[in-house]
Amino acid sequence: MRLELRGITKRFGTFTANDGIDMVVEPGEIHAILGENGAGKSTLMNTLYGLYEPDAGQIVIDGEPVVFSGPGDAMRAGIGMVHQHFMLVPVFTVAENVVLGQEPVGKGLIDLRRARQIVRETSEMLGFAIDPDAKIEDLPVGVQQRVEIVKALSRNAKLLILDEPTAVLTPQETDELIEIMRRLAAAGTSILFITHKLREIRAVSDSITIIRLGKVVGSATPSATESELASLMVGRSVSLGVAKEPAQPREDVLEVRNLVVRDTHGVPVVNDVSFTVASGEILAVAGVQGNGQTELTEAILGIQKPASGSVVLRGESLEGKGVRERLDSGLAYVPEDRSTDGVVGEFSIVENLVLDRIGAAPVSRGGALDMRFLRRNADELVKEFDVRTTSVDRAVGTLSGGNQQKVVLARELSRPLSLLVASQPTRGVDVGSIEFLHDRIVSERDKGAAVVIVSTELDEVLALGDRIAVMCGGELVGIVPGGESRDVLGLMMTGIGPEEARQRAAEHHTLLGEADLEAEAEAGAVLDAPAADAVDAPATESSTTRSATTTSAGEENR
Amino acid sequence: MSATATVTGTTAPTRAVVPSEIRRTGYLLIGIAALAALLAVLVPSGDSRIRISTSADALQIPIFAVPGKVTAIVLTLVVVGLAAYGFRLTQRGTRVPVWVVATAGALAFVVLLLLLSAGKDQVVPITGLLAGTLLLGTPLVFGALSGVVCERVGIVNIAIEGQLLAGAFAAAVVASMAGNAYVGLIAAPVAGLAVGALLAFFSIRYQVNQIIVGVVLNVLVVGITSFLFSTVLSDNPNLNSRLGLPVLPIPLLSEIPVVGPVLFRQNLLVYLMFAIVIALQILIFRSRWGLRLRSVGEHPKAADTVGIDVNRTRWRNTLLGGAIAGLGGAFFTVASGLAFGKDMTAGNGFIALAAMILGRWSPKGAVVAALMFGLSKQLGQFIQQLQAPIPPQFLLMLPYVVTILAVAGFAGRVRAPAAEGVPYEK
Repeated sequence: MRLELRGITKRFGTFTANDGIDMVVEPGEIHAILGENGAGKSTLMNTLYGLYEPDAGQIVIDGEPVVFSGPGDAMRAGIGMVHQHFMLVPVFTVAENVVLGQEPVGKGLIDLRRARQIVRETSEMLGFAIDPDAKIEDLPVGVQQRVEIVKALSRNAKLLILDEPTAVLTPQETDELIEIMRRLAAAGTSILFITHKLREIRAVSDSITIIRLGKVVGSATPSATESELASLMVGRSVSLGVAKEPAQPREDVLEVRNLVVRDTHGVPVVNDVSFTVASGEILAVAGVQGNGQTELTEAILGIQKPASGSVVLRGESLEGKGVRERLDSGLAYVPEDRSTDGVVGEFSIVENLVLDRIGAAPVSRGGALDMRFLRRNADELVKEFDVRTTSVDRAVGTLSGGNQQKVVLARELSRPLSLLVASQPTRGVDVGSIEFLHDRIVSERDKGAAVVIVSTELDEVLALGDRIAVMCGGELVGIVPGGESRDVLGLMMTGIGPEEARQRAAEHHTLLGEADLEAEAEAGAVLDAPAADAVDAPATESSTTRSATTTSAGEENR
Repeated sequence: MSATATVTGTTAPTRAVVPSEIRRTGYLLIGIAALAALLAVLVPSGDSRIRISTSADALQIPIFAVPGKVTAIVLTLVVVGLAAYGFRLTQRGTRVPVWVVATAGALAFVVLLLLLSAGKDQVVPITGLLAGTLLLGTPLVFGALSGVVCERVGIVNIAIEGQLLAGAFAAAVVASMAGNAYVGLIAAPVAGLAVGALLAFFSIRYQVNQIIVGVVLNVLVVGITSFLFSTVLSDNPNLNSRLGLPVLPIPLLSEIPVVGPVLFRQNLLVYLMFAIVIALQILIFRSRWGLRLRSVGEHPKAADTVGIDVNRTRWRNTLLGGAIAGLGGAFFTVASGLAFGKDMTAGNGFIALAAMILGRWSPKGAVVAALMFGLSKQLGQFIQQLQAPIPPQFLLMLPYVVTILAVAGFAGRVRAPAAEGVPYEK
């Protein structure tokens, strides 16, 4: 299918999410759309899929202009979409999900035999097998994604939209997805691939369109370098790595011993986890979402009661201590979902910045809030953390994700702290803010805090971690030095121990792993960095540290 | 995506951990067994006289007597056996089949009956009690099925009570006007549908909190019917006459002892109920309509992305649910041969709601639960006739106590449709 978008414009109130977007997707092409969070990628795809009606512009399929009044129309026109949050009914079987909306019917009831056959035929064509009678909620995310692809293709999709498809996958799973994408493209299906990850784009796409603030700002070929793509995406040149010195760990601050947390059904979600984190170092916890990381951090904060094991902070057991006492003993906590657990959306910035200190001087005196202190505090923190807002009285819920996250971090770092626990510190945050937040976290480390970062983004784990712990199924698979290769981490995320993972990774590089190596080489070659940084880096040193130093050097240059 | 726990299947817990809801069922069983044992000990000596045949049967089985104490002890041993079996299942982490709990509960009731009837002259009419159970259960079944349809599509239907009452009113009035009870069976679902339409209008179109809309609708229907009852109907008594649906015995089947009189010597409304239960049980889980209905109640956005109109689906099925409850309302008037009376549904709609939850949002389960409530109501009434030394108010509380115990013992196992009560917006 040849798809052409002509001047697509979509407004929400006064906000223009898409502004005159023009682009062409050729048949059998893997076309990537690159843009930051909030650039308008998803709006564009939802418009293309009939979920939104464009305010202006035209969708042209194989030379014919089309108008979609709903996803049904888009599907009939041959457009299929794999949403970032899967559109699968968790309690239905694979077959039921695949045929939903176009059920084969025999004798008044759904013809399940035919439905199973559809699943088998389509998945065989793609080169994998799925049990048509498995329930979606019992399947791992990678398989759920395949069900989505099968679902789209069984509806004769000639153009497949993949919205951030790799966000939930390990590098190995990503590899398999790329394989499927290539197979499809070779068979003539066009693919629109939406992402903000530079490395993937270069690994798979035939052509690239870059979107910023709702507008097409350029197109590129996969031969473009990462820094070129990044600067187009963000609108200025950015440093991709984190400028950070090697860690200088001192005494142990946090010690987690044989920690077990059970869920309401009594199933262990954190199973016998032990590790220590020292002052002046960052431990990054990697793993696919939902493998016990959340419960681990909540047990450290004290909102989950461990079934057994202990958490020791500066030599003192936290057992029996409430959240308040733990915060007072120097724990700072950034929750994984800022909008539900990090801020009160309707409260102002001023109020949100003291949420954790209400009830004690200097925030309140004699039972009343000291408004003068609150304002001064807010003015200072907003300035220090570069929160972009028109006023400190604005409700936090009206700020962008990046600015909300800055408010959370500003609050947590405004207390004296010995341990920072941050989950997904940059999820859904724009590149500019990511840079800033990472720098702040590193500077806390350098000031002597012990830091635990939980992230499902390997890029973040690699950028921040001085050591990397990998969790799978509630267990700690292993702790490896920072800058371990992406392939090894990916294998560990599926529960394979570090030794075996290294062996296997050495035998087979994933596309992303290779892209890492290429990017490293590029960073050395393209950036006009002082030779001391780029060339003298010893071969054993981690890739992150290296690309980090080179980029920072590059920045100094400009 | 937190629902997707682990990536590999290799990390299954090595020790079997028993989920709390399964354990709770085990404790419920032990409680039932202990209760039965306590009651059995209290049974006085003397016989209980039991009647199985009804006067209309062609084949008459004479009244016979059983020794109260001995029978009670035997039955209690069976209950204890069932409880032990169920408890062992829970220890192994296996779910207890519903029939185990239901049988144990029913036998415990029989022990209670023996306790109250042993050594007395009154006869225990087993068949009559079962027929009464079905009769009292009928409006609950209709109400619960209405709830199943609405909640499966994602709309919380608290207005079942109002729909029953509207159905009862419309059935009585329209049947009186037409002079034919069957016409009431057409009017009742229409009235229920009208209440359902109000529920759908406010909760889908204006996205008002569905529980609030439901409660308000209940109050509204009570108000309107009571007002019309004390004005229009009291001025024109011929608009509210006692018309009854005739009993239609099914040839041959109705002559089977016990089963025949209970199931096959009923009026049209009860036969309609059988048909609706069977149809819904099959269609909700296996038809195109049912699959779409459930997808809208579980993950409306997913349904939307495959071209299913979420709000239209919700509208249609909320109307259907309202009509089912309305039809059930006809039970109170034309099917019972009674005229309409103020607030005559008396909380049946709420017990139906509990039956739906207890039946885990499936028609089959809703029927079992509704009949259990019907049984406890029937026994409450019967025990009152036995002039037991228990204040009648306590016996009238029986169905409600059973409701609370049953919901508490089972509730953990049930999972409501995920998008229930959540308005859908693109």
